[in-house]
Amino acid sequence: MRFLKRIATTLFAVMFATTAFAQGITVGVSWSNFQEERWATDEAALVAALEAAGANYLSADAQSSSAKQLSDIESLIAQGVDALIILAQDAQAIGPAVQAAADEGIPVIAYDRLIEDDRAFYLTFDNVEVGRMQARAVLAAAPTGRYVMIKGSPTDPNADFLRGGQQEIIQAAIDAGDIEIVGEAYTDGWLPANAQRNMEQILTATDNGVDAVIASNDGTAGGVVAALTAQGMEGIPVSGQDGDHAALNRVASGTQTVSVWKDARDLGRAAGEIAVALAGGTMMADVDGAQSWTSPGGTTMTSMFLAPVPVTAENLSVVVDAGWIELEALCQGVTNGPAPCN
Amino acid sequence: MTDTPSQPIPAQSKKSVFQQLELDTRLLGMIGAFIVLALGFDLITDGRFLTPRNIFNLTIQTVSVAIMACGMVFVIVNRHIDLSVGALLATTSAIMAMTQTEILPNMLGFGLDNPMTAPIAIIVGLLAGTLIGAFQGWMIGYLTIPAFIVTLGGFLVWRNVGWFLTNGQTIGPLDANFLIFGGTNGTIGPTWSWILGGLATAAAIASLWNGRRAKSAHGFQVKPIWAEATLSAIVAASIMGFIWILNSYEIPVGRLRRLFEARGEVMPEGFTAYYGLPVSVLLLIAIAIGMTIIARRTRFGRYIFATGGNPDAAELSGINTRMLTVKIFALMGALTAVSAVVASARLANHTNDIGTLDELRVIAAAVIGGTALSGGMGTIHGAILGALIMQSLQSGMAMVGVDAPFQNIVVGSVLVLAVWIDIVYRKRTGGH
Repeated sequence: MRFLKRIATTLFAVMFATTAFAQGITVGVSWSNFQEERWATDEAALVAALEAAGANYLSADAQSSSAKQLSDIESLIAQGVDALIILAQDAQAIGPAVQAAADEGIPVIAYDRLIEDDRAFYLTFDNVEVGRMQARAVLAAAPTGRYVMIKGSPTDPNADFLRGGQQEIIQAAIDAGDIEIVGEAYTDGWLPANAQRNMEQILTATDNGVDAVIASNDGTAGGVVAALTAQGMEGIPVSGQDGDHAALNRVASGTQTVSVWKDARDLGRAAGEIAVALAGGTMMADVDGAQSWTSPGGTTMTSMFLAPVPVTAENLSVVVDAGWIELEALCQGVTNGPAPCN
Repeated sequence: MTDTPSQPIPAQSKKSVFQQLELDTRLLGMIGAFIVLALGFDLITDGRFLTPRNIFNLTIQTVSVAIMACGMVFVIVNRHIDLSVGALLATTSAIMAMTQTEILPNMLGFGLDNPMTAPIAIIVGLLAGTLIGAFQGWMIGYLTIPAFIVTLGGFLVWRNVGWFLTNGQTIGPLDANFLIFGGTNGTIGPTWSWILGGLATAAAIASLWNGRRAKSAHGFQVKPIWAEATLSAIVAASIMGFIWILNSYEIPVGRLRRLFEARGEVMPEGFTAYYGLPVSVLLLIAIAIGMTIIARRTRFGRYIFATGGNPDAAELSGINTRMLTVKIFALMGALTAVSAVVASARLANHTNDIGTLDELRVIAAAVIGGTALSGGMGTIHGAILGALIMQSLQSGMAMVGVDAPFQNIVVGSVLVLAVWIDIVYRKRTGGH
């Protein structure tokens, strides 16, 4: 086996002399789990932005393994990428990979998920604002009553950003005694099944005494609505985010109040443009719209936050106009609903 | 009445060059397949696959699975299976992570960066792995629960014991001395690599010629002298070549500058340094040599192969096959703990998902490496080569940019194909 490597390396040396490396900027992207449908949308926008800038795109899928993600990034670096975009599987365990990139002087963009390292440029939607929007919409629909908070995964820092934003909005109403939090639960792995189980237990414990649910994303909202439907309680205010097709359909049919929509295409496009700029030698702080931000772990990072859009029955048309969802899919099974489903 | 056809007597043909070298043709086939694979990837990636850097990456990426595959060879040779290694890796990794970040520094007052932290954590992890392995072996050997069931249960139990111990959180950063086992954070540099390579070459050649002398002293036929010399030259060239490749991977300038700054010095202009052998690879080599010696030279090893070949005969001839099972699984547990050291040090953290699906990679590596699931056959070096082939396939396909689903489709197909070729090969050559 070692003999082999020797032969192979000698052959390689011969080939090296004859192979010219491609000119131009190459951007490597390490996805944490491409099995989730959503990242395909991001990828399309990202690739389009890179093509527009004349840059090449390389990618690897860690398949939900933080160990594989480290190997993937080593491989991308070995292929000579000029900038890395990382959707981290684990905010801390990605550390050695960021270290390796920094050693080679390759800029790193933390895509959508925080990487606790000041050498990474953090690009995401404003998750605290998402939480505020969720709470605002639910509070408008149910100014008083008994609230349930269905939070995200305990291992995802975003879950607590969201919860923080929600609290900012409802704090005044809690202090005034208008609303009371009767149940609160994390959702392991953001799984709808876990959210449904937690919601069922809260409903049992409170004897169905729930007036509104602030759920942190559309998947968990789906679990919540299923639990409510089983008790004949569908229609009470429920929040969500991501603009999942099923969730937008629920908004149209009135079983979900709001889905805060983060247009993944904006995020993908911004990531592509920033990667090209950083690879071209732009300093992180000089990127348009960049700001200094301190993470919950106390790391001061250069970051950029994009603004999300709360989609409710009032502005449901925006998602169709943006080409995010087909009218038929949005209005499936909805009669006499809000525009455009009427 | 039927004719009884007489068996044709095979004609004694003149020995070919390969036969005179007395090389294991199966091993040669695997090496050949690996060469084709590596050259193929190298062509497709414009010569990026066989750079010193990527070879360095490949070796450190293979270590964790390869160490466990060494233990899995004994388990499978003994006609058992262990589905719990990935989960056990998570538990032992969690135990070591908690020991070095919580128990020792905070509860026992060792503080941070204590030189005793890493050794104690590793010993605790090894003990835990060995005990858990021995416990599973006891259930298999003495309670006669099938190994498949015991370790399938263990697969669920140990993954979630790890989860429970850490509340599912990522634990880190780990102790600085512990990280030496992770690969890039622990390399011995070119000088020591050359020295070790020289010693290893000398030892390998000495053992070849000693073997020859012992054979001829006992009146056995020996290879022609040119064959022996060719083999020695090949061995020397491959060891030194491997060292040469690892020694020619330059440490990136940014990393060097950081290392200098950490010591409060300024890096001299034009300073370069090279990685050399990683400690984790040394560890794998040491384990491979140790396990090969156990398999070939000790009573324990011979009992394992005898029992795997024919359990009833082994038991009737007085081998305590129950205790043997406990020992094999205890060894598997200990090696899993060693793998846990390497895997968590590489990530610099313990993560809740560490070792997921590793049991399947380890079994696949052992099987591709020629370990027969029917028992009694298998080699340590084959399993390590199997692990290397699997990792090369995965890394190579990731480098080429093959879509994720196709990567797994290819790996799965290769596994089945490799076993089929093995079966055909054994039928042709009269093995079992």
